[in-house]
This record gives sequence, structure tokens and C-alpha cells, in this order.
Amino acid sequence: MSDTFEPVIIGFTCNWCSYRAADLAGTARVKYPPNIRLIRLMCSGRLDPAFVLKALAEGADGVMITGCHPGECHYLVQNYRTLSRYLLLRRLVAQMGIEPERVKLVWASAAEGVHLAREITRMVEEIRALGPLDWPRRLPRPTTVPPALVPEEVPA
Amino acid sequence: MSANGKPKFAMYWAAGCGGCEIAVLNIGEKILDVDAAFDIAFWPVAMDAKVKDVQALPDGAITLTLFNGGIRNDENEHMARLLRRKSQILVAFGSCASEGCIPGLANFSDLDSLLDTVYNGVSTDNPDRIRPQYEYEAPEGTVRIPVMAPVLRTLDMVVDVDYIIPGCPPESHQIAAVIDVVLAALRGEMELPPPGAILGAGQKAVCDECERTRGIKKIKRFTRIQHMAAVDPTLCLIEQGILCNGPATRSGCHARCPTAGNACIGCYGPADGVVDVGARMMAAIASVIDSRDPAEINRILDGIVDPAGSFYRFNLAHSLLKAARPAWTAERSH
Repeated sequence: MSDTFEPVIIGFTCNWCSYRAADLAGTARVKYPPNIRLIRLMCSGRLDPAFVLKALAEGADGVMITGCHPGECHYLVQNYRTLSRYLLLRRLVAQMGIEPERVKLVWASAAEGVHLAREITRMVEEIRALGPLDWPRRLPRPTTVPPALVPEEVPA
Repeated sequence: MSANGKPKFAMYWAAGCGGCEIAVLNIGEKILDVDAAFDIAFWPVAMDAKVKDVQALPDGAITLTLFNGGIRNDENEHMARLLRRKSQILVAFGSCASEGCIPGLANFSDLDSLLDTVYNGVSTDNPDRIRPQYEYEAPEGTVRIPVMAPVLRTLDMVVDVDYIIPGCPPESHQIAAVIDVVLAALRGEMELPPPGAILGAGQKAVCDECERTRGIKKIKRFTRIQHMAAVDPTLCLIEQGILCNGPATRSGCHARCPTAGNACIGCYGPADGVVDVGARMMAAIASVIDSRDPAEINRILDGIVDPAGSFYRFNLAHSLLKAARPAWTAERSH
């Protein structure tokens, strides 16, 4: 892998905790690599697994799902659903030949800017070590150039 | 229009099992209406016709083509392009053409291991590991067979498709209803549906048509239906810990499988609003797990033996990821 590989990671954040943690990291001048692109959801429970699959299919090298610590969900229990979905999603991506480490779940409260920044930094290095995912946009066609199919008359 | 003034009809079978063709013949006496209204230009299963006859037609000469089967080799692709050029309305007919279906499950593995399973499997006596060659020099000349693609693609990945009729196979009463619509449109009695429409199916999920009672789902254990001593005939199958693809699958079959006591396998494809069947099933199934402890959740998930294969049984080739990594990396390294 060349030294210039900069992984692209899509980070899904919760409006009530991890988004504010990222905000806090910013105001506190805590540095984390710019490889992560954060998307704010109202809750980690809003995360449809399709978001993760779409991110991976369209060029992301990894996806970080973040949410409130267990027991602290703004909507009572939705982060437990995220936990179950995440554990199932890891199994499914592994079957698709994707290293499960490319999908990560991190709990971060609104006060944990430093913790979130550290987790992001760690994940960027992990994905850098794994290398690019580079999922194809189009499925490959036959490698051999097909000879023109010329129908010929066959005697009955 | 042909010499007898009737519009032309074609049906073609690419990488599929042939069940779609049987389903069309299964529409009963309605098939006579098809014959009365259409001039059958090309339908290899039902009548003799040659590819050169299709090639000789002017572009757009065929009014309606039902294309079933996925695109697995260069011959499939050639026929898809040819029929697209010759047809005014091209329909992806059945699950294979529209979303890959069972042949699409081969997208989990690379072509080499696929051929290995077929030609060197446990049931095959082939000590010299002989495989068919794409080209063979015979005394009479070069013999060619179609070249397989590394992955299966759906019809809409190769050519533009006007309509989709889902199902494995499409239910005969649904086919009959679609034929009625096309015939009425040809008579000028009604408009054709908007391009891209999904015909012969409902919009909602199979659960909407299912008669089983649904309560609050709290699942402690998933199991396979064949391992259950008794299946409650009236309770939702998911509530009994059986994987059922109903929540993500399009209605239109009157929930045949759940009604008969078996889980929905997902043959009618994604319901309206479902981007990816696997993702929707993961969201649905994981939400009913009654545990907050990662270790216990993992134990419960162990009951789902093959999540990707179960959720994507009919949709892998048309899912967001489309094929597992081995299928396309072997190809890239060439």
C-alpha cells in the first residue's frame, strides 16, 4: 500500500451526544484526522443499515457509528437496537468479504470530546493498515472479448 | 406490426431456471388471448425461431418482450442488447432478470470456485478436473461456448428496462392482470403505466397481506423452522423465532408461504421504499432481539446461521454491495 493512502471514513453521530462530543473536541482544540466525514442523525437508532452498506459501496473505506452510552439514550432504548443491528451488520459484511473492523461502534457522551477524537484517530490508523476497500461501482463483464455471435444456418 | 396486423411479442430465457416460462403458460386460457392479440415473433421455449430472425427485424419491431433470467455470460448480454434494440417495451420478468434471484447467490464466490463446485463437487467423478473450454479447435472448425462473466448482473445493469414484473416466478394471476393492462393499452382503452413501474405486485410488505397475528416481538432465540417441534399456525413467524423475509418483501402473492406455514423467502423483491433487502431485514430482525447485553445478543444472533444468504436470497445481485469481494477481486487481479 502506498504511503499516500488516506482512508475515507463516514461517521454517523447522534444529535444528543456524539455530535456534541465532536463539537466539543473542536472548541477544545482537540485534534483528530480529517479522514472522517461526520453526518448527524437525531439518534443512532435512526441509522438504517442501508446507510452503512451504501457508504461502503460508494467509496468509503470504513464506517463509524456513534451513539449515547447504554442507558443514556435520549429516546430511552434506541441505542440498544443500534447495538443489535451493529452486531448483525458485522456478521453480514464479513460474509460479503469486508473486514468487520471497517464498521465500528463507539459510544461517546456529549462530554467525551477527547475520547471521540482518540477513537477516530485509532480507527483511521486501523483502516490505513487494512488498505483501501475500493468497492467497484460496476460489476465486471466477461474478460474475454466475445466473438461476434453470428448465427449460422444448421441443416435440419 | 406484422403482416397479420398484430403487434409482435417475444419472450426470452437467460440465466434462470425456466420457472418464469412455466408461470406464463400457467395463466390458463388467457394464453389464448395472448395468441389472439399478438404475433409471437420469438419465444424459444414455445416455438421454433432463430436469433437471425430477430436480427432481421427492424429496430423497435417487437411491441412487448418479457425477458427472464439474469445476465451471466456474453450470450445473455448479447441477447439482452439485441432484444432491447428490437423491442418497444422490454420487461424484466421475474426475480432473476430484476434482482438476480438464486443464480445471483453465485456472487458470493469467485468464478473459479463456482466452476470447481460444479465440475469437481462431491457428486461429480472428475479426477482429471476437466472443465469445458470456451474455445475448442475441432476438425470442422472452432467451437465456441458463451464466456461466463465473473458475476451475475441483472437486466437493468446491462440495458434500459421499461417495466419490472417481480416474483420467483411471478404469480400467474398477476401475469394475467398485466397482460390485460397491456392488451387494453394496445386497444387504446387505457394508458400504459409510467416507465419504470413495477407491475403485477403490491406496494406494501408481505406482512400487510399476512393473516397471522402480530404482537410485540421479543425474541430470545432464533431457530430454523425445520428444527421446531410445532409451529403455531396463527402467530407471526418472527415472534416464534423463525426468520421471515416478510417485513422487507413486496406484497402481491397473498402471503402464500407464511399462510402455508413456511417463512417468506423474499421472492417478490424489495417492497416500496426498501433500498436494500438485507439492510431492511437487519433493521427489522435486530430490533426484536430482547437483550441489552452484547454477549447475549451475539448468542441469539448465532441462531441466524447465514444472515447474508437468508436476507439476500433473491436480491444479492441487485443489493447495494451487489457481489461479495471474492467475486470481483479475482477478476480485478487479472
